[in-house]
Parts: sequence; structure tokens; C-alpha cells
Amino acid sequence: MSTHSEHTHDPRKEARAHVITLVTLLILTIITVGASYIQFGSPAANVVIALTIATFKATIVGLFFMHLLHDKAVNAIIAVAGYLFLGIFLLFCFIDIGSRGNLQPTNLHPPTAVAASGEAGAAAPAGEKAAEGKKE
Amino acid sequence: MSTTTADLHHDPHGQDPHGHGNGHGHGHDPRHQHHFATMEQQFDTSKIGMWLFLATEVLTFGGLFAGFGLMQNKYPREFVEAHLQLQRLPGAANTVVLLISSFTMVMAVLSARTNQIAKTVRYLWLTVGCAGIFMCIKAYEYHHKFEEGLLPGMFYHHEGDLIAGSHGYSAFFSFYFMMTGLHGLHVLIGMGMLSWLAIRAKRGEFSDKYYTPVDLVGLFWHLVDMIWIYLFPLYYLIS
Repeated sequence: MSTHSEHTHDPRKEARAHVITLVTLLILTIITVGASYIQFGSPAANVVIALTIATFKATIVGLFFMHLLHDKAVNAIIAVAGYLFLGIFLLFCFIDIGSRGNLQPTNLHPPTAVAASGEAGAAAPAGEKAAEGKKE
Repeated sequence: MSTTTADLHHDPHGQDPHGHGNGHGHGHDPRHQHHFATMEQQFDTSKIGMWLFLATEVLTFGGLFAGFGLMQNKYPREFVEAHLQLQRLPGAANTVVLLISSFTMVMAVLSARTNQIAKTVRYLWLTVGCAGIFMCIKAYEYHHKFEEGLLPGMFYHHEGDLIAGSHGYSAFFSFYFMMTGLHGLHVLIGMGMLSWLAIRAKRGEFSDKYYTPVDLVGLFWHLVDMIWIYLFPLYYLIS
């Protein structure tokens, strides 16, 4: 398979490139550990920074150790598709978590309005609705 | 093998303009399966299959990461307190060990592809050695957690938590053991496959003409490393 596009013809050159990749990854590990001792305003900022560095490291592993950079495009497409669908999955999970506080029935009548309109028979269905919302 | 397909079985290296000059132009490779036109096509197909498997692996771990994020959102204070129970030094040591093992793995693939068989065997055993060190450090960490009663779910019995009786702590350790445990299982499976490769390499089964198993196990091994790259900051560094 020496005609394969991923192959350069100098193994020493390639080995040197792998050493550089390893050193880069080790430096990024030190940066990640170092960054965790610094407070970047909010805990969420620290998480974002840690995950950004992790994603950078994972990309380096994918491109150079897993040869995606010089390999046939189809492999990269599968890899990117995997991460893309993971991204969609995580995005919707976190939209869900983030919006749970918004589920309060703020658009319904407040309890006082329910009590006031409770006497009138016609207003009863709306009152029930509001009472249900209150239970939540 | 019928004569009509004989043309398809020309080894592509026969026409290699860079010619390695080892004259392997027209022989039929016994590892060449008849439903592939060329050895290169066979290699590419195997590789696509491996990448599809790796994509499903990413999604498997992704589900666990999503669950972890959800629980962290539900029990933020308990999770931060539980994070502090994990020691950074063994976690960081394991990160370094796995990165080095990824390097030895990629060197094993390079050596196999360039017919350096002795080097291939050496690099494969080095990778197994790194994986062994990783598992030893992991065992030390697990032992420490067991002694402290920092166990998943109903087995959790750690004393002195700030929010006594909260389910947040046991939820944290459920995720910790599930995710690092599943990752550790991958490391063990990887060790088994790498040892098998080293034995086969020693027998001289791999060369520039055929190194598919080394390449594919290499991809698997890098994915294991990649998952740890995410596990390490999420579990050990957030406070």
C-alpha cells in the first residue's frame, strides 16, 4: 500500500513529525492543568476553557496520530459526522436543561385573579387551568 | 480464481512510480479476499468500517457525557465537592502515559508500514506497557475510592459530606465509575489486541504490503486516548 496518499516516503521525517505532535499534546496537558488553578470569572468559563483545550488536543490526535489530515476524505467525513451528531445531541440536551426554569406558567392568570373570577360559572374552565399551573 | 479477474489482481505497487524495488508486482497475496478488486481497496474498506465503529463509540461515550452534564446541573455543589475527592496527580500521570502510548502506537504503525519488523514489535510492547501503567494507576485510584466509601449509587457510604444525605454524591460516583470503568474496559481490550498484534508482528506477518490490523487497532487506541483527553479535565480539574 505504498502508493497510498497518506504515505510520505521518508519514515524519519514522519517519526520527527510524530515526536512534535506528542510534545505539543504534552504542553497542552500542562496548560490544561495550569488553567484549572486560575479562576476565569465563573465556573462555567473554566469548563468552557478546559473543554476547548481538550477539543484542540482531540483534533490534533485525529489529524496527525489517526492520519486524518493525509488520509482519504471519506474517513474524515465519517469522523466529523460522528462528532457533528454528538454535537446536535449535546446541544439539544443543554437547551433542555437550560430552559427548564422557563416552564413556569407565567402566561396564566395569577392565583388572586383565579379566586376573584371563581364565583362566575363561565370563568371556571380558565380558573381550573390556572390552578393546574399553580400545582406545577 | 478465474482468469477473467486476473487483471484486477495486479498489485498496485507494481506501477508505483517511487518503486521500492522489492519486485512484488504480480503475485497474488494470500490475504487478498476475492471480493475486493485490489489490496488497496480491501485496506480502505476495512478502514471505513473501523471509522464507522469509532463514530458509534463517540456516540456511546457522548450519551454518558450528556448524562454527566445533566447531573452536574442538578447537583452543582455536590459535584464540585465530589470532584475534590479525585486526586489530580494520578489523573495527570495517566493523561501523560496515554499520550505517550498513542505516540508509541503511531510509531508501531509507521514501522510496520516501512518493513521495520523488530521496531514494530518493540513499539507494540511499549504501548502495552503504557496501557499496563495506566491500569495500575487506575487500580490505585479505585482502591482509594473503595476505602473511602466513595462508591456508585446505593453503595455510597462516605462520611463527612457538606450536604448530608444528598443523592448528588452517589450520582457523581455512579458516573465516575461508569465512564472511567467503560474507558478502562477499552484499555484492557486494547491491551489484548496489541499483544496479539505484537505476537503476529514477531512472526513476520506484517509488512508494507499488509499491515491493516496494526493500522486499525492503532485507530482504536487513539480513540481511547481521545476519550481520556475529555474525561481528565471534566473529572479531575473542574472545581
